[in-house]
Amino acid sequence: MTVLVGYVPTPEGEAAFTAALQEAQRRAEPLVVLNSPRSGAPVSTDVAPDSVVQEMTARAQADGVDLDLRQAPHSGEIADEVLRVAQEADASVIVIGLRKRSPVGKLLMGSSAQRILLDADRPVLAVKP
Amino acid sequence: MDLAPVLDGFAVVLEPTNLLYCLLGVVIGMLVGVLPGLGPAATIAILLPVTIGIEPVTAIIMLSGIFYGAQYGGTITSVLLKLPGEASSVVTVFDGHALARQGKAGTALGIAAIGSFIGGTVSIIALTFLAPLVAGFALDFGPPEYAALALLGILLVATVSSGSRLKAVIAAAIGLLLATIGRDAFTGGERFTFGNLSLADGLDFVPIAMGLFGLGEILYSLEERHSTVSAPATVANVWPSKKDLKQSSGAIGRGSVLGFLLGLLPGGGATLASLAAYAMEKKRAKQPERFGQGAVEGVAGPETANNAAATSSFIPLLTLGIPANATMAVIFGALLIQGVSPGPQLVTQEPDLFWGVVNSMYIGNILLLIMSIPLVGLFVKILRVRPAILAPITVLITLVGVYTVNNDVFDIVLVIAFGLIGYLMKKFGFDPGPMVLAFVLGSLLEDSLRRSLLIFDGNPSGFFTRPISGTLLALFLLVAFVPMIRAALSRRRTDAAEHDIKELV
Repeated sequence: MTVLVGYVPTPEGEAAFTAALQEAQRRAEPLVVLNSPRSGAPVSTDVAPDSVVQEMTARAQADGVDLDLRQAPHSGEIADEVLRVAQEADASVIVIGLRKRSPVGKLLMGSSAQRILLDADRPVLAVKP
Repeated sequence: MDLAPVLDGFAVVLEPTNLLYCLLGVVIGMLVGVLPGLGPAATIAILLPVTIGIEPVTAIIMLSGIFYGAQYGGTITSVLLKLPGEASSVVTVFDGHALARQGKAGTALGIAAIGSFIGGTVSIIALTFLAPLVAGFALDFGPPEYAALALLGILLVATVSSGSRLKAVIAAAIGLLLATIGRDAFTGGERFTFGNLSLADGLDFVPIAMGLFGLGEILYSLEERHSTVSAPATVANVWPSKKDLKQSSGAIGRGSVLGFLLGLLPGGGATLASLAAYAMEKKRAKQPERFGQGAVEGVAGPETANNAAATSSFIPLLTLGIPANATMAVIFGALLIQGVSPGPQLVTQEPDLFWGVVNSMYIGNILLLIMSIPLVGLFVKILRVRPAILAPITVLITLVGVYTVNNDVFDIVLVIAFGLIGYLMKKFGFDPGPMVLAFVLGSLLEDSLRRSLLIFDGNPSGFFTRPISGTLLALFLLVAFVPMIRAALSRRRTDAAEHDIKELV
């Protein structure tokens, strides 16, 4: 069993990572960090820069948690990718960060968080920054 | 040398419209330089229909700006992301990205921009003095000389270009074959038209270029998969230190000269120049092992050379009417659309156009130097656009554009057909460049060949009795047969050596 966290380099992603780290420590399970950009474009702001990766590794080490960072790009929707990796890594809990989105924005763009919450077949921990 | 037309050329460039299009050209050039998969040849081909509505000088100023601007843009992604946006920036990746990893991305970009500026400017100055001389010399050329020159050009394009030589020759042969389609210019007999009225006038250059370079490259780039990387932090400390400048000054000087000379060569151009400059710097270096670990010369040399070559490759086009590489072939097409036939008469008959274009390069290079560093962040942002969004828009522009040239649906069919051919060629390792160049030079070759045979009363030995065409043909034979003879000799030598060993045993 593992703890899976969906990470992007934003305040929401940071909050999710912090919560997931505590969760992994509490459950004494390894932590899987999913930081998957959408495939196609050569550059993406969703990818964690090297400095952030180093910091995350250091924090996990300090807390005595095994860290598994997955940065392979995905095609299609990120919600599907999170659920797929959750299945694959046999996650006991999925940790995601919630951001504020207006009702119109949600109508137009949809919500990945909502899809993960509704479609997941395991506990989901939604964190706010 | 008469300086009046040169100064008049500056007056042409400084007209607000021309300045605007110069700026537009270099900005587009930098953008396509940044984007992998869309090169300057493709962009210029796609934009050909746009140039119909504007003045010839303005059009060529913009298109040439795209060409040399792309050489600047390719550097940015090579250094920051290890992702060469342009074939001519591939070697910059080795040392440029190594420097970026050491936190010296700013230095690498600064050196590259300064080197590019110096290389480009040296090349323009040389172009300013050399081009009228070459053109004056070429005024004496008759059909036999042009036939020999075209033949030599096609051969050089096929043999000098990067990649497999056999494949390049095959592509060139197909290009020559395509050039024969249509009505015979002398007898009026129809060739390869299959009774199709649209083919009777021969294939137009524009749909071929737009298909092979434009559509073909877009289709091919859709297939490429890049690993996605994080957006790099802002680049600081662009001004190189005195030590770096001193270290790279030699490389910049050598790169300028080498790039200029290689740009003149048919089939040469920016890519070959950057490769050659990198190899030369590595050979000359006292510690070659530094290369690949972040040597400043490894960035300065190739970046200088590719800009120098991009500029000097205009000389054969503007003075002889012979395009030296694929991008020049597309600009040749643009000149033809404008009703200007490039050749030795261009300097004297259209001084405004000639000097306007040449002098616009000074302005363009200054614009690029000013813009290239502060706008790095913006250009990197553009890389966040996925090809799946970019490609359909580009294809649509291409297809609509080609229709507007002749208002003929047949041209759209041609673009799609040649787009598929271009895609398959790239897929199987054929360079579409030699095919397009051979197509352009093919009509010149056939025309001059038959005209000279009329002059000589059908006696082909006439080509060898005229001094210039004789020399060119001797060069042709040299280029064609020396590698073969050398290969045969070395084979015999190894055979002999093996024989000796057997006897000893």
